[in-house]
Amino acid sequence: MKLFDVRSVIGWMFVVYGVIVTALGIFDSPAEIEKAEGVRINLWMGLAMLALGLGMLLWLRLNPPKPLPEESDQKD
Amino acid sequence: MQLAAEGLRLDVDIVDYLILAIYFVTVLGVGFAARRAIKSSSDFFLSGRSMPAWVTGLAFVSANLGALEIIGMAANGAEYGLMTLHYYWIGAVPAMVFLGIVMMPFYYGSKVRSVPEFLRRRFNRPTHLFNALSFALAQMLIAGVNLYALALILQALLGWPLWMSIVIGAAIVLIYITLGGLSSAIYNEVLQFFVILAGLIPLTVVGLVKVGGWNGLVEKVQASPLGEAGLNTWSDTAGTGNPLGANWIGIIFGLGFVLSFGYWTTNFAEVQRALSAKDMNAARRTPIIGAFPKLLIPVVTVVPGLIALVTIQGLGADSGDYVYNNAIPLLMRDLLPNGVLGVAVTGLVASFMAGMAANVSGFNTVFTYDIWQTYIKKDRDDAHYIRVGRIATIGGIVVGIGTAFIAAGFSNIMNYIQALFSLFNAPLFATFIVGMFWKRMSAWAGFWSLLLGTLASLTLYLGHLADVFKFNSDLEESFWGAGAAFVTAVIVAIVVTKFTPSKPENELRGLVYGLAGDSTSAETIVAGDKVWWRNPVLLGGIAVLLAVLLYIPVW
Repeated sequence: MKLFDVRSVIGWMFVVYGVIVTALGIFDSPAEIEKAEGVRINLWMGLAMLALGLGMLLWLRLNPPKPLPEESDQKD
Repeated sequence: MQLAAEGLRLDVDIVDYLILAIYFVTVLGVGFAARRAIKSSSDFFLSGRSMPAWVTGLAFVSANLGALEIIGMAANGAEYGLMTLHYYWIGAVPAMVFLGIVMMPFYYGSKVRSVPEFLRRRFNRPTHLFNALSFALAQMLIAGVNLYALALILQALLGWPLWMSIVIGAAIVLIYITLGGLSSAIYNEVLQFFVILAGLIPLTVVGLVKVGGWNGLVEKVQASPLGEAGLNTWSDTAGTGNPLGANWIGIIFGLGFVLSFGYWTTNFAEVQRALSAKDMNAARRTPIIGAFPKLLIPVVTVVPGLIALVTIQGLGADSGDYVYNNAIPLLMRDLLPNGVLGVAVTGLVASFMAGMAANVSGFNTVFTYDIWQTYIKKDRDDAHYIRVGRIATIGGIVVGIGTAFIAAGFSNIMNYIQALFSLFNAPLFATFIVGMFWKRMSAWAGFWSLLLGTLASLTLYLGHLADVFKFNSDLEESFWGAGAAFVTAVIVAIVVTKFTPSKPENELRGLVYGLAGDSTSAETIVAGDKVWWRNPVLLGGIAVLLAVLLYIPVW
């Protein structure tokens, strides 16, 4: 079967999540940083998710799925 | 799980909802995109056996990483301390590796499409029908429980009415499974794996900062009611004077062998992920690749449980907001700012939906191949069975909604259903393992060992409920129930084989050890791939070794 690659889905969704959460993290109020025990958790997690998303897309780019040989398996 | 309103309500804002909405849209998008690739029933039910091993491996672990599991393991972490690690390192990893190394050659090599189908070919139709029906029933009930639990937690955290969560959750799962079949389920499970980690990691990090790092956590746990015992895994297991109330024999044989091998190796909702892999080697690596994240998941479940124990005043109440089951939701409320809070909520919702989708995709396959095609309408064209699969999906979810409302009538049904169905797996594992390695085991021996084994565990379970038999805990009951089921099934298999004819050897090729052409010989089981990091035996050995090594610092 010819199916799209799951890395594109993970990649794009985490890029979007990463951008949203990083942007929040940049503008986090002191109260929000206070709630997270002084950790800029939105900023760090946003960047981490962005990295995961870009990493997935890069992996897909460098190592695209091989076109499947014509299915000889069972079609039962 | 008791989640009262108000006290647990999260302070979510528009961005958190945006994150949740993006997830819903993505999941549905996967369903629509996967639909275009479906040309045959094998595509719908087994993803055309085309998936790479890392995808099926993450889906394998994700199908088990339901929200009930996450919330439950954090609760156990708070209640029993580090002994909860046994559920991962001895209760899961060895069985996952065993499935990949020893059992997968039989499953994948025989080209069966489901676990019941293996039983039909190894034994006979009555064995098959019994297992197919009990599996189908169990999956619908568990799907309902997942749905109900999702609704309960959304009511507590977001204030959504129960019926609204049930309808939304069911509708989304319905749409993406009906459209995209198993491919949708698997892709969304992989996605969910990352989302749930993205939600739990910040919780753990901020929590650890709050308690002063690992050393701070250790000191605070020592000062807590749980005390030093909460920081050890094996040290007090000569007797039952430890938080879990189980000795090492119970832990190794009850949890590590009978319960966990029963669950991981015969549960079709899990095995199906491996059957969708693109070749034998990928199928065998599926559970083994899943074992590596499984080793580390307790860092984001058990550790937050301990953090909750020492930071949340009054955790461990018998009812109300501060029951152990609320450890994770309470930490989310206390520690996460908007943004990562939305990711964490999305992770929980995602894991409920993925858990339910695993049940539904297992159900529709068994219903279509094992019940409809085998007993009702044979020899129709392939498109007929895709259609039946889609209708079965809808039917299964509608019944699931019904059982969700039934579940709403019971206060503690989650524990009981989990215990009940883990017991169905113990006799199944016994029947399987004897049948796979003893070619003389007869067809009727399969049927009677499965039936009487199940009845043995059911008797103990019902006796436990009615207080006829006294057990210290549900856990102890499930150990004895599984043990009784296992022993009964093995004895019955031996006795019945004495009195009934064995199957001719040529009908058992590929299904029994030593009789296969090539797929199940000892050489195949040991042999791997040219590349060392694709060798199932080596990878499995590394996973088990890591499980042993990880115990050392928390002995």
